[in-house]
Amino acid sequence: MKLHEYQAKELLARYGVPVPKGRVARTPEEAEQVAAELGGKAVVKAQVHAGGRGKAGGIKLAATPVEARAAAQALLGTRLVTHQSGPAGQPIDAVLVEEQTDIARELYLAVIIDSARGMPVVIASAAGGMEIEEVAEAHPERIFSEPIDPTVGFQPFQARALAFATGLDGDLNRPAVAAITNLVGAALECDGSLAEINPLAVTADNRIVALDAKFNVDDNADYRQQALFGLADTAQDEPIEVRARDAGIENYVKLGGNIGCMVNGAGLAMATMDAIQFEGGMPANFLDIGTQNDPAAIKAALEIIGADPDVRAVLVNIFGGLARTDVIAEGVVLAKREGLIPQPTVVRLAGTNVEAGMKILDDSGLDLLRADGFAEAARMAVAAVR
Amino acid sequence: MGVLLDEQTRVVIQGFGGAGQREARNCIAYGTAVVCGVTPGRGGQEIEGVPIRNTVQQAVNEFGANVSLIFVPAAFAADAILEAADAGIPVAICITEGIPTRDMVGVKRYLRSSGTTLIGPNCPGVMTPGARARAGIMPPDVYTPGNVGVISRSGTLVYEAVDQLTRLGIGQSSSVGVGGDPIIGTSQREALALFEADTDTAAVVMIGEIGGTAEQEAAEYIKQMSKPVVAFIAGATAPPGRRMGHAGAIIAGKAGTAQAKQAALMEAGATVVQSPSQIGVTTREVLKARGLA
Repeated sequence: MKLHEYQAKELLARYGVPVPKGRVARTPEEAEQVAAELGGKAVVKAQVHAGGRGKAGGIKLAATPVEARAAAQALLGTRLVTHQSGPAGQPIDAVLVEEQTDIARELYLAVIIDSARGMPVVIASAAGGMEIEEVAEAHPERIFSEPIDPTVGFQPFQARALAFATGLDGDLNRPAVAAITNLVGAALECDGSLAEINPLAVTADNRIVALDAKFNVDDNADYRQQALFGLADTAQDEPIEVRARDAGIENYVKLGGNIGCMVNGAGLAMATMDAIQFEGGMPANFLDIGTQNDPAAIKAALEIIGADPDVRAVLVNIFGGLARTDVIAEGVVLAKREGLIPQPTVVRLAGTNVEAGMKILDDSGLDLLRADGFAEAARMAVAAVR
Repeated sequence: MGVLLDEQTRVVIQGFGGAGQREARNCIAYGTAVVCGVTPGRGGQEIEGVPIRNTVQQAVNEFGANVSLIFVPAAFAADAILEAADAGIPVAICITEGIPTRDMVGVKRYLRSSGTTLIGPNCPGVMTPGARARAGIMPPDVYTPGNVGVISRSGTLVYEAVDQLTRLGIGQSSSVGVGGDPIIGTSQREALALFEADTDTAAVVMIGEIGGTAEQEAAEYIKQMSKPVVAFIAGATAPPGRRMGHAGAIIAGKAGTAQAKQAALMEAGATVVQSPSQIGVTTREVLKARGLA
């Protein structure tokens, strides 16, 4: 679950990470008022769940409260298209109005999960303000990392090492160590799957401040991070993905093609997308139905696929383990009979209770294309949209 | 005889609720020795003909359990894994999905100093068909005993690969679902090492996914393997930055792409399959070329 920049900064500030003065605004009037409180000069930043806002025109400087109001007016209610957002862009329902900062240096600081080491690591680099992947590619020697060992926790010497390595010495060392340590505290206590400050700025008057912040919360920790999950802004998600979630389908991702897919298991779902593309088609979505053993849930998932205006054929690919193919077949028949998937529908069933599943499809008398195996299913679905 | 499970396997099921009971039935029907179930507070009862105990230690002491199969709900699963390790269970297999990453960080660190091998979490389990040993949720009918090992991050893709092999008359020594989470007990590289050391395995099918660098680490190991490896990477067509179901399956940076993983595996000498429907036939070709089939 992604937090907005303003939410991430409020969170980090609570943990003692210095952030610029400022506040979120949802109307131009509010933006003007916040700028006035800040002394007039301000920066107005679109709050969307996508990076690359600066280049896309989502960050505006204002010399006066009136300019801040105009900047907010121009942003609020529009959609911001960035290189990460997809062509439709993300809606701007709020702006963050902050004091302007005189920047002397920009650094990078983050806590991420290192799967290879099996623990979180703190990453720091003096090359801030750019995509860290690009730094890692071009200048791996400029990236420093320290693991957070769960048995003893993050140690002061590790924070010092990162600060010195990135040139945060002299008077800056102590505040840098505090900022690093406090970021780690926030990431650990709040189940952060990513806590990133980019850039971490050294100001002209030699202070350290988090100019931008990204904080993603582990989706599996929702039950114990309820306050943070209450901040989720679903307006940032694809409407069809929100509908899927409301129907109890956690794993739905909208894609660009026209073959709607319902598959059990994330790996098989990805492989089904790959097989469709291998046969010359394009999937309309990723959908992992998991181990749903309720025909109503299967029907609900197919209803969402069938209602997608991009979908011109439906492909159901199920390999039953915990999931029972007879239950899936019942759901497919229900959805087809009620007209929820009017598109040509290819069904491939294998695994648990497959004979019973096939019989349900046969007995239905409905126009369901039956595929034997993966490749044939993909080929039939691709042929159906041609 | 295969890896992790054999004729001596004695399974304790932790979390003897709906899924635990159903899979106990399925394992027993297949011929696997399910000797005990553990649900705290229900010790002394018998459910589905399986004796229930309060702790894993009791399951070890009274019934000689040596493999734990874990269905405990996500919020309590880390505790269950640690209990199995503390009781000295050599192989713990965690089916549970949705365990918070922070919990797994602690588990993973603790297991370094224990003798327990963890498979999963968020995995389909382990199967050794030649020993009729099933510790997981896979459909047993698609398996047949043989000499090919199968490794996968995904559950249903294991079944798919095994099914393709079986239909071509190629049997399996064992299948190991390592799990789809960012932090797992046994990596693909470690699973490859188990099969390399197994005298009943002649070749390995490895099914990876986008995200992370686990396949590159596996590729480093493949360079020194004596046995041929056939590999498929799921998610070649997934867009960057979107999580494809598995928490681990998100492309962040070039190393996480299917293309980068395929290149590393090919360079290491693995045979890389482009379409998931070609896993079986490609394995047959590789076995034939080596005179193994």
